[in-house]
Amino acid sequence: MKKVEAIIREEKLNAVKKALEEKSYFGMTVSEVSGRGRQKGIPLQWRVGEYRVDLLPKIKIELVVLDEDVPVAIDAIVSNSRTGETGDGKIFIIPVETVVRVRTGDRNESAI
Amino acid sequence: MSTNSGDTAWLLMSSALVMLMTPGLALFYGGMVRRKNILSTIMMSFVCLGLVGLLWVLYGYSLAFGADKGGFIGGLNYIGLNNVGQAPSSVYATTVPHLAFMVFQAMFAVITVALFTGAIVERIKFSALLVFATLWLTIIYLPVAHWVWGSGGWLAKLGVLDFAGGTVVHINAGVSALALVLLLGKRRGFPQDSMDANNIPMVTLGAGILWFGWFGFNAGSALTSGGLASSAFVSTNIAAAAAAFTWMIISWIHKRPTVLGTVTGAVVGLVAITPAAGFVTPMAGIAIGAIASVISYYGMVLLKIKRGMDDSLDVFACHGLGGIWGALATGIFATVAVNPAGANGLLYGNAMQFVKQLVGVVSVAGFAFVGTMLLGKLVDVTIGLRVTQSEETVGLDLSQHGERAYGGMLR
Repeated sequence: MKKVEAIIREEKLNAVKKALEEKSYFGMTVSEVSGRGRQKGIPLQWRVGEYRVDLLPKIKIELVVLDEDVPVAIDAIVSNSRTGETGDGKIFIIPVETVVRVRTGDRNESAI
Repeated sequence: MSTNSGDTAWLLMSSALVMLMTPGLALFYGGMVRRKNILSTIMMSFVCLGLVGLLWVLYGYSLAFGADKGGFIGGLNYIGLNNVGQAPSSVYATTVPHLAFMVFQAMFAVITVALFTGAIVERIKFSALLVFATLWLTIIYLPVAHWVWGSGGWLAKLGVLDFAGGTVVHINAGVSALALVLLLGKRRGFPQDSMDANNIPMVTLGAGILWFGWFGFNAGSALTSGGLASSAFVSTNIAAAAAAFTWMIISWIHKRPTVLGTVTGAVVGLVAITPAAGFVTPMAGIAIGAIASVISYYGMVLLKIKRGMDDSLDVFACHGLGGIWGALATGIFATVAVNPAGANGLLYGNAMQFVKQLVGVVSVAGFAFVGTMLLGKLVDVTIGLRVTQSEETVGLDLSQHGERAYGGMLR
């Protein structure tokens, strides 16, 4: 089992969510996060002049999938969130030791 | 003399309108600071309703409007509202109860003190602010209010025009703000760290409440409910509209038409029309408001961007510069056709009025600057003006008030 942790552009959330749903990945956790990469922030305006915001709002999607499903999930995310500009985000694949479904106590594959 | 019910109703209503400006200012300022200092910023305005509201009735009204002492300050004949009752004053607002005039003036004192706090947010110690505010009201505001509005005040006798407080309120607060910034220094991290506004919708709501309340401030200053109040009301709205729109255009020329800029423009226009509202034609309000935004915008660029001065919420650029322009503009655009009790300005062939306005500006600005420097220094060497480094880093909401603006997780 792997956790797919994807940092994407805010405006790409709906497209990514829909694509994952079409591949039958319903479960996910979404958070609003701040971060930075090579994009190095954006300029915003004050009453006069500009200031630089170097931590940008992004969306983090977390979902846990079977090992063999990882390439499908990556593809669904990448193909729906890429613009080709800096700031498209990153995906991290992390090994998962145990999954527990709180309602039933099911473990691992049957709990995903 | 008997009271006029229309005038009384309007002045009491106006007092309530001006009262609402202070919580409006609290939101206006509170939305512009960082999240950790929202409550502290709001508190510095709101507390004036308590502190100044008390000092005003105890001795403030008397020192500002009591029997004249040499043109410089009022006497003690109204201490504790002694001799201030339901009958009209024989000198001020002679068609309304003296109490109504007194409470109307109270609201001006409250918001003037609240105004300068915008320059020193996110770093001033709350206890020091209270002490300083008490000293400032007593030693700066009350004399200046007497000079300009008091019967026998020396600027009033000279013929300086200030309809609703451009000099007493805005120049006074704006210049004092500048002095406090010089004393207190920058916020830690300014200007290299971004200090973006936490809630611009709240700033907008605050500006809206200010605009609304300003009708009481300016049209109420007619002290009657007839044509003059209506003229001041309309001039006020026109100036705010022109200034808001002008600031938006300037901001657009530089990049985008920002909301923060547009609502700031509205406030600057309101500041500038304040001394002029009851002396100029409503259409003069367009020029007064539009030029105010240009002056204030480039003043901000000069002070904040070029000089790196941390007048945090631009009190000097908005109220100091806006107030100075408004006072001078009164000397340009005033006409006795609008207000026979006023005077003609430069445009109507009376250059002397402009000179008088200039005297008013220079004397009040000079007094406020020097006085604030001395009083601020006094507070600094006795109890200290600034919070400690760690209190500033944690934020004033927690370190000064033990609260935070927004609760934590959903529970």
